[in-house]
Amino acid sequence: MTLALETTGLKVRIRLADGTWFGVCDPGALLPGRGVAALLPDGRQVAVFTDRAGRLYAVDNRDPFTGAAVLSRGLTGTHRGRPFVASPLLKQRFDLETGRCLDDDTVRLRTYEAEAG
Amino acid sequence: MTIAPEATPTIVLVGHGMVGQRFLEALAERGLTATHRVVVLCEEPRPAYDRVQLTSYFSGRTPEDLSVTDPRFIEDHGIELRVGDPAESVDREAREVTARSGLVVGYDVLVLATGSYPFVPPVPGKDAEGCFVYRTIEDLLAIEEYAKNATTGAVVGGGLLGLEAAGALDGLGLTSHIVEFAPRLMPVQVDEGGGAALLRTIEDRGLSVHTGVGTQEIVTGADGSVTGMRLSDGSELATDLVVFSAGVRPRDQLARDCGLTVGERGGIAVDEQCRTVADPRVFAIGECALAADGRVYGLVAPGYEQAQTAAAAIAADGTDEADRLTFTGADLSTKLKLLGVDVASFGDAHGTTDGCLDVVYSDSRAGLYKKLVVGGDGTLLGGILVGDAEAYGTLRAFTGSVPPVPPESLVLPAGAGAPAQLGPSALPDEAVVCSCHNVTKGTVRGAVTEHGCTTVPEVKKCTKAGTGCGSCVKVLGQLVTAELEAGGVEVDRGLCGCFAQTREELYEIVHALRVTSHRELLDRYGREGARGGDGCEVCKPTVGSVIASLAPVIGASGYVLDGEQAALQDTNDHFLANLQRNGSYSVVPRIPGGEIAPEKLIVIGEIARDFGLYTKITGGQRIDMFGARVEQLPVIWARLVDAGFESGHAYGKSLRTVKSCVGQTWCRYGVQDSVRMAIDLELRYRGLRSPHKLKSAVSGCARECAEARSKDFGVIATASGWNLYVGGNGGATPRHADLLAQDLSDAELVRLVDRFLMFYIRTADRLERTSAWLERIPGGLDHVRDVVVHDSLGICDELEAQMRAHVSHYRDEWAETIEDPEKLARFVSFVNAPDTPDPVVGFVPERDQMKPDLPLLNIGMRPVQPEEAALEGSAQR
Repeated sequence: MTLALETTGLKVRIRLADGTWFGVCDPGALLPGRGVAALLPDGRQVAVFTDRAGRLYAVDNRDPFTGAAVLSRGLTGTHRGRPFVASPLLKQRFDLETGRCLDDDTVRLRTYEAEAG
Repeated sequence: MTIAPEATPTIVLVGHGMVGQRFLEALAERGLTATHRVVVLCEEPRPAYDRVQLTSYFSGRTPEDLSVTDPRFIEDHGIELRVGDPAESVDREAREVTARSGLVVGYDVLVLATGSYPFVPPVPGKDAEGCFVYRTIEDLLAIEEYAKNATTGAVVGGGLLGLEAAGALDGLGLTSHIVEFAPRLMPVQVDEGGGAALLRTIEDRGLSVHTGVGTQEIVTGADGSVTGMRLSDGSELATDLVVFSAGVRPRDQLARDCGLTVGERGGIAVDEQCRTVADPRVFAIGECALAADGRVYGLVAPGYEQAQTAAAAIAADGTDEADRLTFTGADLSTKLKLLGVDVASFGDAHGTTDGCLDVVYSDSRAGLYKKLVVGGDGTLLGGILVGDAEAYGTLRAFTGSVPPVPPESLVLPAGAGAPAQLGPSALPDEAVVCSCHNVTKGTVRGAVTEHGCTTVPEVKKCTKAGTGCGSCVKVLGQLVTAELEAGGVEVDRGLCGCFAQTREELYEIVHALRVTSHRELLDRYGREGARGGDGCEVCKPTVGSVIASLAPVIGASGYVLDGEQAALQDTNDHFLANLQRNGSYSVVPRIPGGEIAPEKLIVIGEIARDFGLYTKITGGQRIDMFGARVEQLPVIWARLVDAGFESGHAYGKSLRTVKSCVGQTWCRYGVQDSVRMAIDLELRYRGLRSPHKLKSAVSGCARECAEARSKDFGVIATASGWNLYVGGNGGATPRHADLLAQDLSDAELVRLVDRFLMFYIRTADRLERTSAWLERIPGGLDHVRDVVVHDSLGICDELEAQMRAHVSHYRDEWAETIEDPEKLARFVSFVNAPDTPDPVVGFVPERDQMKPDLPLLNIGMRPVQPEEAALEGSAQR
């Protein structure tokens, strides 16, 4: 499989494990309350969201309960002032800032720093 | 060493009807099932069932639904219930009962609850083939079977049971006649005015009523079966089937044979404790008993009271307990729905009290008649309600007291100058709310305030109120709500953490204030801490659905992917397809009515083959194609739309399918064109967003091959039109749909479905199917019928207009989406690699097709951060 990642002219960036920033898309591609999925150079998938205040969040796109790469297709919301995404499969909720599953303390998503720049 | 078991005292109950079962419950409540052996001899082949609701068998309740006997109750209390084994004789000297099976049981106490038998007038031909009585489930099954080869039926008797039977014949599609000897229908319960209102409504339904005539002879044909009946006025009535329903007589033969005292006109004579006057060890309760006041009671409520009285007397025997119950007579209040007409009478309905006055409201055009009997001092003594018995629960409870508002305001219809409604909160604590179980308002309040009940089902369980005829359930609901509110109990009925309102309340806000965005609704009407936030996965799709339902009315876009609407939809609606476990989607094109031409079948086959999709026929008569990747959806749909398909909305909380059988066109039994009707309905309601999915079906005859009665709205053809059933469901909590209206023309059917669906969309909770909604809303089916058939709220014009707007604004979501490059850009696995498929979505072969490659889902999965797992030592999942 060859990946043709386009990395020029993009504004939403994800900070990778090695500390480098990786551009994924134009901010216009993000709809408040919905996510998009992006492929990272190491083959992982990241789900990127924005809320109505324009803040950006990025978490692993794989749903830890099913293994399917679908979290970018979940609905986001606010629970006690904190942003979350609900898995579209079995509806578990994950805190978008910490990755912690709100329905199961033992499960946590990998999170990424995201910024528009 | 052997220890001889101590002889356990034995109670033998003869008869297991509703009263018998109540008696067993009363024994258990008093602990007598623990100290006594209890043997029940039951003649019928099944345990006690709800005889009062017998006719509901024809609107879909099965014999199992009608049961009032919980097998666990019988088992838990060690009751020996012998069905199909009636008592044949009683030897009072030896204290033994002999059953048909030959079983001989000795008793310490014998309780007779043998009920009654239908009275058949001694006319020639009464035993001919085609003559029936109407008393047991077996009678019903026999009538149903015989009616298959009949077109006309006649009922002898225009009383309560006669009208029930006539309703059953009418429901079986027979041309039905009622022959009543008295000059009016229901002579015992209603007066002349009430009889006239009843007559008009029943005749409007197409039944023929013959009053003031008797039956002289049943005429039979050459084969000995019924062909007609000769009446006392000399006329002859052609009929294929006769049901005798001219009253009942106490079944007291067993008592007579063993020398117990019986009344002149039948009935086992008992005292105030329901003990037979001839033998202190023998009791009689229910319809077989001649009570201490010299009357035989044919209603279930007095029977229940007698059951409790007898149980109390048995418990008190051998003790000094003075606290015995007595049965000295009962109220004959009744509320029934006969042939779709509400009829109620209570207290001194016929005004026999000295100096009493009538307050009457009568509107024969609308089939309404309401009469109250009031004493000189303003005390409410009784009344009769025909056509609208809404106020029955409240009025009956006020009987014997002076109501706090003038009596005329209690009978005037709303909008005709009636002042403020009199609610149950005005009732005194001692007022009896449930007359079947003699439960007072004070007891109901206590259930809430002292026993912590917060819902009607809890109150029913705690007090038994509302578990008899059910006529008081609405009043119970009002009392529970009032009590909770008065007690300051916080009942959070809010939709979610963001909204304190219910879905219905949000619907009203969106509708009235034309709110077209979730954000605006949240910021203005959300809970304090939720305003300004992003909402949640519960309120977003709910509000999205409400806005979509009301779109044409409030000026919003009906297209669910437009603007903010797109962000509100659940993933299925967002991608207009159904998400499967591995992240792939399934695709279901609409196949209206399940009818599909070969060319279209071939297109589906080609697409499935070309994209390697797994195909399966659905329960809704269409074809589901599984395994499409998100980026394949637009390409697949471009081909489907090109071939003339449109979205099947299998992904939406909206109309799914309208199944059909082939109907009259092909089937030798069909009586209407069910396929055409199914297609018409499916095309009319396609795309309609609702609180939950909607399923429907149309059957071309009463054989019901389309299984319409398991649907949210089901249609079954009759010889003269369509019957509409609502609130059916399959799945985990199956429910047969209830009959809403009969013999409708095409236009009438569509109008009623329009109203029904829009009323459901307006008032249901989120994810509440029509079946649960119908069970929950106050007044249930009757209320829904009042609203959508009789327009009791005056909203039907509006409901119809809303549906017309939906129909005229409908557009195919997929056709629209594939035309819009911006929307299509979302259909990619990766925003930064639009041509790359999701590597987790893979397939392996199975049975000539393919299935998800599940191991692929586990590759690289690290569900728990390692340091956290080490810290908490918890199992990974």
